[in-house]
Amino acid sequence: MIEIQNLSKIFNSKSGEVVAIDGINCTVHDGEIFGIIGLSGAGKSTLVRCINLLERPTKGKVIIDGTDITGVSAKELRRIRKNIGMIFQGFNLLAQRNVLENVMFPLRLVGKSRAAAIKKAKELIEIVGLSDRINNYPSQLSGGQKQRVAIARALATDPKYLLCDEATSALDPTTTTQILELLKRINSERGVTVIVITHEMRVIEQICDRVAVLDKSHIVELGKVSEVFANPQSDMAKELILPKNGSVPTSLARKAIRITFDGRSSFEPVISNMILECRCTVNILYADTKDIGGKAFGQMLLQLPEDENSCLRIRSFLESRQISYTEEAV
Amino acid sequence: MTALTEFFERFLGNGLAADYCLAIWETVYITLLGTAIAYIFGMVLGVILYGTAQGSIFSNKIVNSVLGIIINIFRSVPFIILLILTQPVAKLIVRTKLGNPAFIVYLSIAAIPFVARMVESSLKEVDAGVIEAAQAMGCNNFQLIFKVLIPEAKPSLLTGAAIAFTTILGYTPMTYLIGGGGLGNMAIRFGIYRFNADIMYVSSILLILIVQIFQEGFTILGNMTDRRRRNNNR
Repeated sequence: MIEIQNLSKIFNSKSGEVVAIDGINCTVHDGEIFGIIGLSGAGKSTLVRCINLLERPTKGKVIIDGTDITGVSAKELRRIRKNIGMIFQGFNLLAQRNVLENVMFPLRLVGKSRAAAIKKAKELIEIVGLSDRINNYPSQLSGGQKQRVAIARALATDPKYLLCDEATSALDPTTTTQILELLKRINSERGVTVIVITHEMRVIEQICDRVAVLDKSHIVELGKVSEVFANPQSDMAKELILPKNGSVPTSLARKAIRITFDGRSSFEPVISNMILECRCTVNILYADTKDIGGKAFGQMLLQLPEDENSCLRIRSFLESRQISYTEEAV
Repeated sequence: MTALTEFFERFLGNGLAADYCLAIWETVYITLLGTAIAYIFGMVLGVILYGTAQGSIFSNKIVNSVLGIIINIFRSVPFIILLILTQPVAKLIVRTKLGNPAFIVYLSIAAIPFVARMVESSLKEVDAGVIEAAQAMGCNNFQLIFKVLIPEAKPSLLTGAAIAFTTILGYTPMTYLIGGGGLGNMAIRFGIYRFNADIMYVSSILLILIVQIFQEGFTILGNMTDRRRRNNNR
């Protein structure tokens, strides 16, 4: 369990003090995938780098399995770091070593014999699916392959935690999906607690259990991904999750309602049922629904029919099914 | 070294060809030994310069600036003056102020600060992200230097060594001041002071060849070992 208590980091630059993170409190439970999302400059990278003390916090505590690591000796810190793997946006592989040697590197650091390190490294390379590239150098690999090597390397010492600092931000969407699936598999099969830093909502929705939304150095929202998605409270979360209204042609939406899907089974055809039951037509102006763990989350903007009776029927239908909606006045 | 020098003298007799062979040999071994000794100390100083810099792995402002100033002082004193100022050091180490062994001492002292700066700049080229990743893996400073920094900087260090070798070779004609040998010494003593232009030209051409061979050799070695180049790797 990682407990972050009242954590602040202030950078001193020539133009004065820059507050990167301010009074952060959160707890990452064992076995979960915890996401931290925010825009550039929100402080998310600083926050994750404070967890293994690559960045020394100005104030506050980072308690890992009961030990406040801000107070331990350099030697003890190195021991603790071997229990926290980390992968980066820029992969940071050793350019002069091949795939096998890169994965062997942390094993040799902890004093494993060459033979034992090779054996373990080969197992890990197999897990990330790069067995055929074992003798290649990083310059010969694609971005996705490099990140796989980095993941294998981060897992070499069997860490309990894995920190991912914008690990998919330099990758294309398909590769991102593959890397995220790999992370999810590592979490479920090896029980590694994963902390993901990202600015992409889809990373959170694809793999995370809980999410913290970071805005201007503070956590503005924290909760289960399904709850934050269904009912975002903070402006930043709304901005990241909800579709922009600007994309809807407002001239059409004279009388419209916005339906929020909050995790009802995605197998239930809500709109079809509504049309059949209310015997009136609606016009879908905008829809953005996502299937997270078999449940539908998202927003739908519907243009209602002109006559009031139909509108009333639709509203009572939605209320009877406990689907939340808001009137969109135009 | 002396055994080989005697071997050259005995085997080749006393003709001009023998003089050239001996001079080539002397130039090469003076330069190689001087470069090697300069690298032994220069590497250490270079790593200290790199490591003590602000924000680096064991940053220490005082050590960094003091070392920087000393290095700059040694680099700004002309070689010919340094050669005279450091005579007691040569006397202490090789028990003479004259000849090739003493010259190697002067050469090394003059080259150490230069090499230190070359090493420092090679280490600075190593990606900061890679260092950070190694630290995140629990690397200590010793492992960081010997398992990450130096291996990752190897191609650049080799290119630097080629430059250092050529620069150090450029100092070797100064042996004529203290009764040493080598091609430069030959070019000055026979070519210039005794008006024998042929010897000057031949010596110079031989020097050019030596520079070419070593420069190319180091560069090829540096490129061959650089895994960042895709076509090097099979």
